[in-house]
Amino acid sequence: MKPIPDLTEAIKTGNRALATEATQRELDAGNSPQEILAALVAGMDDVGRRFKANEIFVPEVLIAARAMKEAMAILEPKLVEAGYEPLATAVIGTVQGDLHDIGKNLVAMMWKGAGFNVIDVGTNVPPERFVEAAKEHSAQVIGLSALLTTTMPAMKQTVDAVNAAELNGVKVVIGGAPITQSFADEIGADGFAPDAASAVDRVRDLVGV
Amino acid sequence: MVSFSQPAIASSDELLFGRSPRPLTTRSGMVLGGGTVYPELNFTLPTMTVEPATLDQIDEHYRQIIQDATRRAAELHAPGLIVEFETVPPMTEHPDWGMRVVDILIDGLEKARDKDGLKSVLRVTPNDNREFVRPPQMRSGRYWDAMVELFERAAAAGTELLSIESVGGKEVHDDALQMCDVGQVIFALCVLGERDMRFLWTQIHAITERHGVHCAGDTACGFANTAMVLAEQKMIPRVFAAVDRAISAVRSLVAYECGAVGPGKDCGYENIVLKAITGFPMAHEGKSATCAHLSPVGNVAACACDTWSNESVQHLKLLGAMAPTCSLESLIYDCRLMNEALADGQPQARQLRDWLARSDAIHDPQAYILTPDSAVRLAKVITDAPDHYRAGKAVALESVALLREGLETDRLRIDERERPWLDTIEQAAADLPDDAEAFIAQQTPMVDPAKCDLGQYEL
Repeated sequence: MKPIPDLTEAIKTGNRALATEATQRELDAGNSPQEILAALVAGMDDVGRRFKANEIFVPEVLIAARAMKEAMAILEPKLVEAGYEPLATAVIGTVQGDLHDIGKNLVAMMWKGAGFNVIDVGTNVPPERFVEAAKEHSAQVIGLSALLTTTMPAMKQTVDAVNAAELNGVKVVIGGAPITQSFADEIGADGFAPDAASAVDRVRDLVGV
Repeated sequence: MVSFSQPAIASSDELLFGRSPRPLTTRSGMVLGGGTVYPELNFTLPTMTVEPATLDQIDEHYRQIIQDATRRAAELHAPGLIVEFETVPPMTEHPDWGMRVVDILIDGLEKARDKDGLKSVLRVTPNDNREFVRPPQMRSGRYWDAMVELFERAAAAGTELLSIESVGGKEVHDDALQMCDVGQVIFALCVLGERDMRFLWTQIHAITERHGVHCAGDTACGFANTAMVLAEQKMIPRVFAAVDRAISAVRSLVAYECGAVGPGKDCGYENIVLKAITGFPMAHEGKSATCAHLSPVGNVAACACDTWSNESVQHLKLLGAMAPTCSLESLIYDCRLMNEALADGQPQARQLRDWLARSDAIHDPQAYILTPDSAVRLAKVITDAPDHYRAGKAVALESVALLREGLETDRLRIDERERPWLDTIEQAAADLPDDAEAFIAQQTPMVDPAKCDLGQYEL
């Protein structure tokens, strides 16, 4: 892949004007949509790395993500035309009975930045809604969030519903303040992420991208 | 509506644990804020589903919790005990389920009174489930009806203190936090939150009047505590969380404007500012609430407490005993120390208070703005402001000024990467309009109608 330094830099610094301008410029110059996407993802990868290293805060990540989103609005039709498949499609939501969504939103943001197609089904989501969304969007990953100890059982119910639906290799990743690896093991989830930044690595490991 | 035009406590010398200018006497004779700090115990279920099939099991958990806790309180000669029953959402959604527990707790407290002479009072805190509908439906609907029913029935059954962690404006505040957007934070807390609190607490006050009980108070749990946790996780700057806490006091104050008399809800770390403004007793939580969550304010949070809480703990077996009993024991020992200092006199109590404040304040911006010295300054700024919006703007600027002073005088350490945020926050607050009407006109277009129905807030 050919590097496009100013485009990558535009994402790293959250420069929306430059991100859209450079994306259009590269398309007009005949560069492949995949190469342009790679430059955008490289920028977000750097942002993710700095966030994970506690060098920057969420607002700076969000500003970068907004620049990426605007560039993607230009790029996406070209990617579709070129038959590009996203690295992974992930459904994410907070489980039934639980309304907390900040953690879930942060994970969704990090996943989008990593180039995943993310379907956010919201909060207080019943198990069957996760299954429906995964089927509808041919997801490879389902992310479940919970903050309350009393809604942790809803995670197991959702994992059971996913298993019962035989969704052909869909991986379930869970997270939230009271969640542990041992709880993930206990309920049969495929992965556990202790924080939003780690959630990207966990999905990459699970789906092999 | 009560108006607080000047702080009840103007000097930080008088802002002290166990003493409030306007104490509250309970039916059992506990005087909250009258010279004694009382332990306040909160607890929750272990990981389990709350449904009809598990209700008997749930009853047994709560029966054992209250029996064990009251026994230990009596054994340790606690001067009294506040028990807080904070429901889990299904117990507010189904008031019959919540009332089963209320009755069990009242029965347990009465038995302990009869057997051991233990003074006690029950606080009930229904969940604010109004946000289960998206966008939240704030003033009607089944979640509203169920919540009001639980308040009413709990008060009728003998609950003396009613509280809630209300969520009006949270749907805007959550996004504002993620962007560290000062304008939207003030809009969420001092416009939407203030309007919702005014409506909600007027209703709760009517209930307490009917039953001769008390509106205790609210908390910025869903707001400034979320910010504090995000800052602890290094998601947002600690200085932003500190400023958010200061602004949150404007919103939490509305409960007292509508008739609340304390003790303010334990997880409202802004309560020290509210105590300075209102003079009512306040609950606080800190180092002995690590069973529920971590915080950077474990000691400083005790500076002005009248009840000292553990926030919440699951009913699990620990080596010492069941977790709520262990938690209560820690609280009782904390209270013993503060009460002994009070018994020795104001100078001794102030010495302990100052150690509590200084040991935390240097390490964290939020701890710094929650010291008694900072709290009286924030209280003055809030009471001087002509309305809630301008109070929010003014207190944002004052909290930044406090943080700068702390940094410049080496009484507060702030990470290098956080320091530019002081300029960012200050500039953003300073640039906001001078009057509420212009501010609302500026902020409303930024609200996502899919997340927030402004009509629910009379906008």
